[in-house]
Amino acid sequence: MKLRQQVLYLWLAEGALETSPVAWAFHDGSAGAGPPLPEAEPPYASGVAALEDGWLLLQSPAPYALSPGQEHGTSYLANEFVFERRIELSD
Amino acid sequence: MPAADFRLTTDEMARFVADGYLRFEALVPDEINDAVIDELRALEGPKLMQVLGRTPDAETIQRPDSLTPLSQCYPSPSVLGEYLRLPQIQGIIESLVGQDPRYDHDFVHHLPAGSGYKQNLHVDAVVDSSDPTFDIQLFYFPHAVAKGEGGTRFVPGSHLRRARAEGVSRYQHMLGEQQYHGPAGTVLVFHHGLWHAGQPNPGTQDRWMYKIRLNPVESQVRRFNLDDFEALHNEPSDHVFATTRPDTVAERLRKMHPWQQGHEARYELMQRTLLWRYLSGDPRFDVDYYFTRLEQRARLASR
Repeated sequence: MKLRQQVLYLWLAEGALETSPVAWAFHDGSAGAGPPLPEAEPPYASGVAALEDGWLLLQSPAPYALSPGQEHGTSYLANEFVFERRIELSD
Repeated sequence: MPAADFRLTTDEMARFVADGYLRFEALVPDEINDAVIDELRALEGPKLMQVLGRTPDAETIQRPDSLTPLSQCYPSPSVLGEYLRLPQIQGIIESLVGQDPRYDHDFVHHLPAGSGYKQNLHVDAVVDSSDPTFDIQLFYFPHAVAKGEGGTRFVPGSHLRRARAEGVSRYQHMLGEQQYHGPAGTVLVFHHGLWHAGQPNPGTQDRWMYKIRLNPVESQVRRFNLDDFEALHNEPSDHVFATTRPDTVAERLRKMHPWQQGHEARYELMQRTLLWRYLSGDPRFDVDYYFTRLEQRARLASR
């Protein structure tokens, strides 16, 4: 058996895992052999819904210190959660 | 824009501040749309050669240098010049970056039918300064682009996020993003910070798009048509948790895009507020009291 990784990025509306995605990305190390995900709409209603479907959480965003003068600035999407799913493929 | 005055209205400017772009459907007449492709073809080759580090062949079109006043670019006879000198285009440009801005650069985006070439989401140039001044980029589509045939993808409302050019490439999909389609002669006017990406062309027709970036060289304050300014520009007390007045700039700036949710939206609103302060020349302008509250206390602390 070969193991391959599928990776799902969900950028959620807030820092809580139960909030809904505002952006998403999917990378499929199984080259299509594993289960697909829809592209045109968020694949899950929340980060928790991804867990319930078998995704394992790899990374959640940690609170960070705000730089003086930068407190109200906006930059990259703040709430990046990364999940993985391992796909077993026959040799 | 009013028929007799092609500058943008306060309403349009407020929408530009909120969305980071304006769309003008079939603005350019077909006489120009039909004729401009030959000129774009003549411009495309030398530009590509230069970007690839090769010596361009003999050129049939005089390419402007960066820093050239726009009025001196593509002198007559030139179809591109005719497009850039349309009074409607001049009115848009003057409203956003003042009269006779400097030419930064332009580029011909030509994707043959069936091309799978695809860009990731990006911001042009480099990470931006924190002041509210801005360039504009005009995206001119001289022929119709059908839905799903690969017009530019862009994220409304992303223009005020300070990010590195390729740092946003990780976002494969965002709620509320758009992919351009529309009739011939449509022009999209982008704040330079808007996230965007070229898309494959699965259609049966080559796709042409002409983009030009312009730099202001004079203040961008109140260059637009002010006829509706007093009616729309609100007081700093306009506060959704206290009292609001309908049909104001504040009302327009509060409209968030689907990806701008939760408390994050408050920071978006603050950034929009800063841009409207600059464009309106009113340093007291506020929406929902976020700056007024802090600035009042800061004055106390400095006594």
